[in-house]
Amino acid sequence: MAYVIIGNAAAAISAVESIRKIDTKKPIILISDEPYHTYSRPLISYYLGDKVTEDTMRYRGENFYKKHNVTTYFGKKVVEIICDKKQVRLEDDTFISYDKLLIATGSKPFVPPMKGLTGKENIHTFLKLEDAVELKQKVKKDMRVVIVGAGLIGLKAAEGLHKLCDDITVVELADSVLSTILDRKAADIVQKHITQEGIKFIFNTTISEIEGETKVEKLTLQDGRVIPCDLLVVAIGVRPNVDIAQTAGIDVNRGIVVDDSMQTNIADIYAAGDVTESLDVASDTRRVLALWPNAYRQGEVAGCSMAGGDAIFDSAFAMNAIGFFGLPMITAGLVNVDETQAEQYEVQLVYDEEEKWIKKFIIKQNQLKGFILISKVDRAGIYTSLIKEGIDIRQLDRALTSDAFGLIAFSKELRAEKMLKGGRI
Amino acid sequence: MKRVYANETYCVGCKLCEIHCAVAHSESKDIIKAYKKEKIKPMPRIVVEDDMPISFALQCRHCEDAPCIKACITGAMQKGEQTGIVTNEENRCVGCWTCILVCPFGAIVRNEQGKKVAAKCDLCAEIEDTPACVKNCPNEALKYEEEGE
Amino acid sequence: MSLNFNVPEFMVERNEDRCIQCEVCVRQCANEVHTYDEEDNKVYADETNCVNCHRCVLMCPTRALSIKKHSLEFRENANWTASAMNEIYKQAQTGGILLSGMGNPKPYPIYWDRMLLNASQVTNPSIDPLREPMETKVILGRKPEKVTFDEDGNMTTKMPPQIELSTPILFSAMSFGSISKNAHASLARAARETGTLYNTGEGGLNKEFYEFGKNTIVQVASGRFGVHKEYLNAGAAIEIKIGQGAKPGIGGHLPGEKVGEEVSATRMIPEGSDAISPAPHHDIYSIEDLRQLIYSLKEATDYKKPVFVKIAAVHNAPAIASGIARAGADVIVMDGYRGGTGAAPTRVRDNVGIPIELALAAVDQRLREEGIRNEVSLLVAGSVRNSADVVKAVALGADAVYIGSAAVIAMGCHMCQKCYTGKCNWGIATQREDLVKRLNPEIVSTRLANLIRAWTHEIKEMLGGMGINAIDSLRGNRLMLRGIGLSEKELEILGINHAGE
Repeated sequence: MAYVIIGNAAAAISAVESIRKIDTKKPIILISDEPYHTYSRPLISYYLGDKVTEDTMRYRGENFYKKHNVTTYFGKKVVEIICDKKQVRLEDDTFISYDKLLIATGSKPFVPPMKGLTGKENIHTFLKLEDAVELKQKVKKDMRVVIVGAGLIGLKAAEGLHKLCDDITVVELADSVLSTILDRKAADIVQKHITQEGIKFIFNTTISEIEGETKVEKLTLQDGRVIPCDLLVVAIGVRPNVDIAQTAGIDVNRGIVVDDSMQTNIADIYAAGDVTESLDVASDTRRVLALWPNAYRQGEVAGCSMAGGDAIFDSAFAMNAIGFFGLPMITAGLVNVDETQAEQYEVQLVYDEEEKWIKKFIIKQNQLKGFILISKVDRAGIYTSLIKEGIDIRQLDRALTSDAFGLIAFSKELRAEKMLKGGRI
Repeated sequence: MKRVYANETYCVGCKLCEIHCAVAHSESKDIIKAYKKEKIKPMPRIVVEDDMPISFALQCRHCEDAPCIKACITGAMQKGEQTGIVTNEENRCVGCWTCILVCPFGAIVRNEQGKKVAAKCDLCAEIEDTPACVKNCPNEALKYEEEGE
Repeated sequence: MSLNFNVPEFMVERNEDRCIQCEVCVRQCANEVHTYDEEDNKVYADETNCVNCHRCVLMCPTRALSIKKHSLEFRENANWTASAMNEIYKQAQTGGILLSGMGNPKPYPIYWDRMLLNASQVTNPSIDPLREPMETKVILGRKPEKVTFDEDGNMTTKMPPQIELSTPILFSAMSFGSISKNAHASLARAARETGTLYNTGEGGLNKEFYEFGKNTIVQVASGRFGVHKEYLNAGAAIEIKIGQGAKPGIGGHLPGEKVGEEVSATRMIPEGSDAISPAPHHDIYSIEDLRQLIYSLKEATDYKKPVFVKIAAVHNAPAIASGIARAGADVIVMDGYRGGTGAAPTRVRDNVGIPIELALAAVDQRLREEGIRNEVSLLVAGSVRNSADVVKAVALGADAVYIGSAAVIAMGCHMCQKCYTGKCNWGIATQREDLVKRLNPEIVSTRLANLIRAWTHEIKEMLGGMGINAIDSLRGNRLMLRGIGLSEKELEILGINHAGE
């Protein structure tokens, strides 16, 4: 019998590392529908921009699987989980038995039904290395590229394609970029910055029809506009890749539902990473937090639980460090306050639009609940720790917005405790 | 493992630790050449926070359970199996700053000269027995020792 | 504002080839001499405020800095020297008395340097201190006329209180207030480490330091700051301060800004109030009055602590010392005119008092003549600069010496003589928190202990050279001294022969 892990990214890899800390013997079988050594998905835009190679995209060293005694099935898709037999079935009807199973299948692109979507070339999504490899082959300097979606993936695709072609238009249904991680003011700064690089934006609309014979030729937008297009990237969003879980009878809400040891409702089946939903402490709701650091921590907890250890995945909140065309931004937790709830929150904001920086902090009952930093991102982790630890900000004797904010704002005792304890946090 | 511990009671806020850290991580490792000749401006991996009379130096704590390693999207951030030292493999780092997002000490800095990479304390492991900051602290406000010594 | 006639004393030389604009000098100078100009990316100096304390020079990581005497020349005049004129400019500007820190810097004769030590050759072989035992232990206190024993050989004489020192060197009085708490802590730790004593000065004793009691002399001065029964019993001895070599006849004045929370609590005076020590003790107008105070203190401490009386070395020191001995003091302390201070009126510091060497010789002689030398120990202070000075002092009749200036130099003092400004860049003579933390007692107590050990080694070497194996055998042994370049009168007072005699 073995540990079986479906998936090969952050959650899967950290589960392997975590299992091997406890159990060095029992075989681990790792199955991935992609044919690659573990790689970092967030790097696919860097791959497009030639900033990394397939080699440097590797998330772990070449001998990772060997070192951790992992048998790999690459390029194999799991099509069924047979819970009562504790088996998984692959596409080629291979059956693999598991003792403990981890579903770390991540996300899949969300492509809404669009008229004229099928049967045409040059329509892509942008999530996997394969997507990037294909895009890189297809895209030509003189192509008119349209990206649907001005979220993290859409804009990263735009950045990655920027050097490869001259004409990029981003179409977004909302009225600003990155609406999930930025507020309006921050979004405006970022959009302005990206526009200065020559990327065009069309807001408040989306595609109603894709036209063309064998290839994409033009797009009709919902507002009636028609724009030429030689290559379309659909980056509207992602959804948890829950298909096999759902058919196996595992509890799925938005994502797979797990307890704090990452176990699903079915014994010996665990889930971790973007495929799950977790409690977002910033908004106090259960939601899918498709974030790399989150996936790693969940995988770690899942691996530990599978190997019989005690670990708990307690809290999570959205956090992102990202940058576009050299403009870095870090956000965490709550970034926007609903007008109806404005009274409960205090917002501290400093910014300079010309200089393209912002610092925004959202506070509720003297606790930091979220922040947006654009450009001035240094030492952001101290703010993240304020959210995580729920520290009463009245204890701090320096403004959050101060450029000299740091551990000096903490009491001497608290600081000493943090700094002297050998990095135990 | 041995770590650098700051005793803020005797930190004089001179920032010599920052300067010598920058030199130790420069190309020439020569203080005058590093500051006057090298194209890449010397960059410290230690931060002195000061608001006199309070001042203290802070660098990576080389956490047991390092959040930067877990968060790193490329796998560049690693912990030495034997040494326990958290290091960033700069040729794999893409400068996404996720480590900065999660480091509760604010001990990782951006190095944007040339290829963007996260720069951090490596305890001068490849250069010296004793980290440069400790060696050059004029008031012994930095100690390099085992926990609880 | 009218033109200030004062000219800068020093100039800062910055080697631009070496300066890396790291701004360490900017951050370290409490006198704000250095400033960084971002536009020019250069560090500039306004030297009018430079006191030449060397902090920037030593902290500069590229050794780019040097401080020189300012090259500005006054027209040559042997009478109206630059310093004489500058002092007048200052006084004409301010209308105040001039203040100075540390000891008398004037070129008066230094008698230590006009005396040479003897060494054994052939007839009385010298001793190698590395091979043979060498005693530097000193016991301070009144010694009885004679000792009696019972039939079993047990001593029946009741001994007055005595203090044993491992070496004839003590740290002289420096109050918490005039020096920082960290400086104080360094002295206390070093005294404990080396088996000697430090002295609280007149500022009382912070409770944190009670643990160093066995190595502490608690001082009672005219201001009586921080004096209470517990304090008197906290130390190994009590010292009544009548005078100080740097400012005989003058009281003390600790400005209110140095009286922070801790100084206030220790001195038992309100925070921010000036601490004024009157020139005289208002209850002492005669030897009899002094005797009353000595015995009050002995009463308060159950006759268990020796009482020291400290005076500045002045013209009629021998007669005063005789009176002090007769008043019941266990130890007489004399402080010569080169003794240091945190602040003294310049004119007093530079013109009042006499050299400690002459005072010591005269007092020792007088007490011997009166047959009461055994009734007191003699401690001298006032610029003992090295171990040879110690040996010479003992040969002239001292039981031990106090070191103050030498101790602060060991702590980092570079003799800028600006202690009274409270901006000591070395964290010694200051209460400013950011400056105080520059003095790490862990480092500095070791430096002080090193100094005591080094001098003790040297003392042993010199004793051995003279064929003497105990410091007690050298005491008052003036045959071991010869004068050089001294007049008949000087030789007579010192009680020594001239070299060659």
